[in-house]
Amino acid sequence: MIKNLTLSALTALGLSATAALAAGEGGHIHDVDFSFEGPFGKYDQMQLQRGLQIYTEVCSACHGMKFVPIRTLADEGGPQLPEDQVRAYASQLLVADEAANMHLYDYNEGAARPLTENDHFPANEAQNAPDLSLMAKARAGFHGPAGLGINQFLKGIGGPEYIVAILTGYTGEEKVEAGTTYYENTAFSTGWIAMAPPLYGEDVEFADGHSNELHHEAEDVAAFLMWAAEPKMMARKKAGFVAVTFLVILTSLLYLTNKKLWAPHKGKKTTL
Amino acid sequence: MSHVDEHEGTRRDFLYYATGGAGAVAAGAAVWPLVNQMNPSADVQALSSIRVDISGIEVGTQLTVKWRGKPVFIRRRTQDEIDAARAVTMDELVDPIARNDNKDAALDAEDQNRTMDEAGEWLVMMGVCTHLGCVPLGDGAGDFGGWFCPCHGSHYDTSGRIRKGPAPENLPVPTAAFDGDTEIVLG
Amino acid sequence: MSGIPHDHYEPKTTFTKGVEKRLPIIGLIYGTLMIPTPKNLNWMWIWGIVLAFCLALQIVTGIVLVMHYTPHVDLAFASVEHIMRDVNGGHMLRYLHANGASLFFFAVYLHIFRGLYYGSYKAPREITWIIGMIIYLLMMATGFMGYVLPWGQMSFWGATVITGLFGAIPFIGEPIQTWLLGGPAVDNATLNRFFSLHYLLPFVIAGLVIVHIWAFHNTGNNNPTGVEVRRTSKAEAEKDTLPFWPYFVIKDLFALGVVLIAFFAVVGFMPNYLGHPDNYIEANPLSTPAHIVPEWYFLPFYAILRAFTADVWAVQLVSMLTGGIVDAKFFGVLAMFGAIIAMALVPWLDTSTVRSGKYRPSFKWWFWLLAVDFIVLMWVGAMPTDGIYPYISLIGATYWFAYFFVILPLLGVLEKPAPLPASIEEDFASHYPGAAE
Repeated sequence: MIKNLTLSALTALGLSATAALAAGEGGHIHDVDFSFEGPFGKYDQMQLQRGLQIYTEVCSACHGMKFVPIRTLADEGGPQLPEDQVRAYASQLLVADEAANMHLYDYNEGAARPLTENDHFPANEAQNAPDLSLMAKARAGFHGPAGLGINQFLKGIGGPEYIVAILTGYTGEEKVEAGTTYYENTAFSTGWIAMAPPLYGEDVEFADGHSNELHHEAEDVAAFLMWAAEPKMMARKKAGFVAVTFLVILTSLLYLTNKKLWAPHKGKKTTL
Repeated sequence: MSHVDEHEGTRRDFLYYATGGAGAVAAGAAVWPLVNQMNPSADVQALSSIRVDISGIEVGTQLTVKWRGKPVFIRRRTQDEIDAARAVTMDELVDPIARNDNKDAALDAEDQNRTMDEAGEWLVMMGVCTHLGCVPLGDGAGDFGGWFCPCHGSHYDTSGRIRKGPAPENLPVPTAAFDGDTEIVLG
Repeated sequence: MSGIPHDHYEPKTTFTKGVEKRLPIIGLIYGTLMIPTPKNLNWMWIWGIVLAFCLALQIVTGIVLVMHYTPHVDLAFASVEHIMRDVNGGHMLRYLHANGASLFFFAVYLHIFRGLYYGSYKAPREITWIIGMIIYLLMMATGFMGYVLPWGQMSFWGATVITGLFGAIPFIGEPIQTWLLGGPAVDNATLNRFFSLHYLLPFVIAGLVIVHIWAFHNTGNNNPTGVEVRRTSKAEAEKDTLPFWPYFVIKDLFALGVVLIAFFAVVGFMPNYLGHPDNYIEANPLSTPAHIVPEWYFLPFYAILRAFTADVWAVQLVSMLTGGIVDAKFFGVLAMFGAIIAMALVPWLDTSTVRSGKYRPSFKWWFWLLAVDFIVLMWVGAMPTDGIYPYISLIGATYWFAYFFVILPLLGVLEKPAPLPASIEEDFASHYPGAAE
């Protein structure tokens, strides 16, 4: 009976993930086997660098990333660029939307000052495109079944998968409604998205010679955005692993102590 | 207080000590993150070292930058200032120590021990009076043509050494290094 | 302390005698730690220690998070990201705090349902129960206000919807809502006061927890049989009990260890599983998310809130009788708070003379149906409000009220309980045959 109560409570926890149902239901999202998934998964440094290149050359024209400090590109576990490259990268970044970056505005020059590695990526609201700092955590790729949260338990929340699905989900159809062009996208909740197809394949040339087919590009930039949203994932998993391991030891000792302690009162013999 | 049976003491005790020890380790491990979170965060640490572009500084002018929350004077001295600073003998000084974080702490306060370069053109030091922390005025202020603190009247010479007034020490030279010809890295 | 006869602390050295004479604190600690505890307590009696841990965890992680958080609409979201990216170990502290709330409610629901099954609310433990219910209400308020602080989309719209509940109160609703918000809508004033109260209430809870423990230390713990500890003499009481330290401390710590293994696995490997993706989007007063879903621990009551729509005949009847003052919106609010008040009133609604559900053959069935009902309500609370879901909510909500207001009062009269064991000692011995010397 007690087991039942615990069990039902566990089920309740599972059910609760239905709370994560909301963001963007609809289209079909394929599970992608990212390197950072699973308890021991790690970011693929080269993939993050390729993703950064795609973000810089394509996405950043419309999307900002204002919560990500540029210096973290050098952090261990991330793209881990050498520090002088990070500095050079920062100084070359263009501020496309000055109004959204007034803290960078230099009144003497009448323009945004050059960025340094200690700045964040610029915000970009000019095109009304959402900021990408947390995009990989702000969307759910997997739901259900029937609001039970099992898919999210097994496959993860699916933010990066959602990004891949959107980037590869264009059918090529468009329509104009109230002066805005919409593009048909199989992954988007309503089926029609305001963002023009950003990637077609072969949009960038990778220095490491990696394939630049559309689905590779989409996965690379999705992995990069996951890092941008959760840069401390490796540290977190490591802390979780250490904590769980240590607690297993401590709890085993407590189990034995408890057994030992109660044995005389339960009329049991113990060998410990 | 635990009801330990004496006759099988040691093995039982070992279990209790191991459990207690593991519990103590767990408690300690739980405390550390709470302490560590108060240490400077990554954004603050990133600013503990800054790069200053010095290509725009003309001879005889000074750039003041904020570093770790305090002003740093970066002065490109004229030949007259250098000569004046190097003519001073040690017995004229209030504080005979160089106060240069980049060099041996025991060095005396010769001008050569305080400047960035051998020729003595570049002088980098904290712009905080060693008396009570005001920011001294520069550009040849004071009786010795260097800096003068308006709060309590401390006079510093062209090498930033205290010469007159209540301040006890020379203006300290922070950790600094050239990176190429146009940049100085502080910290 | 009255209650079960037991040893009292006797100071032995001059120093402890002197301290004890001035402030009997050693005796208080001794009395609390060594309290005689029924030796047949099962594994459902561990949630109290888990809850104490949760309160400590939330207060400690909360205090350090405040050192880096900024309660301002323009800065709150960014300051949380600062915690996640820059503060040393900040991401772990925040995930511990966010998931700590889930563990807190997970444990409190098991704690409450344990009380409901074993009749822990019955005389003489009504005050313990009522204080527990107040703690639970304060936990909900604290959890809700804490969820607003990161200032994401769910924070903002959750705050808008929940404060809107108060707006449903006839006549005085709107002024109350404006007073709560500090303006016509959720804004900086709201964020600031929620921050203040979110910091205050945990300490109120801590105070009430002490009273809660004080109350049941006075009456003695309930136990799975519901049979009281014999207290005619110390010798007899000792046959039914063992001191809290070390027996129950070690047992509880072992159970806490098991719970924490699962907890740290969630925090380390899936910290956002119980959260909502929309809360990683900064609050935008101009755009509502497609579905607003509260945190999982509010869902059963959220389902009850939504169950009573204008086409339910009971709602129509009440609306007609009150001349439209109690409309469907207000009825829903009343039902939601009523569902919790029903729980608080259970000491007086349950008429059975037998305390533990273990010896109540038909009660068991109704109880487990209530547990299932709770989970169904939790599930349906996150579902859309069309199709079959409103009917499920309505049936679930109706059963909730029926259990407390109809079934429990009637069962006490109709049911024939099974025979109770003569003593806790006898019950304990029946589980551990070797124990009878």
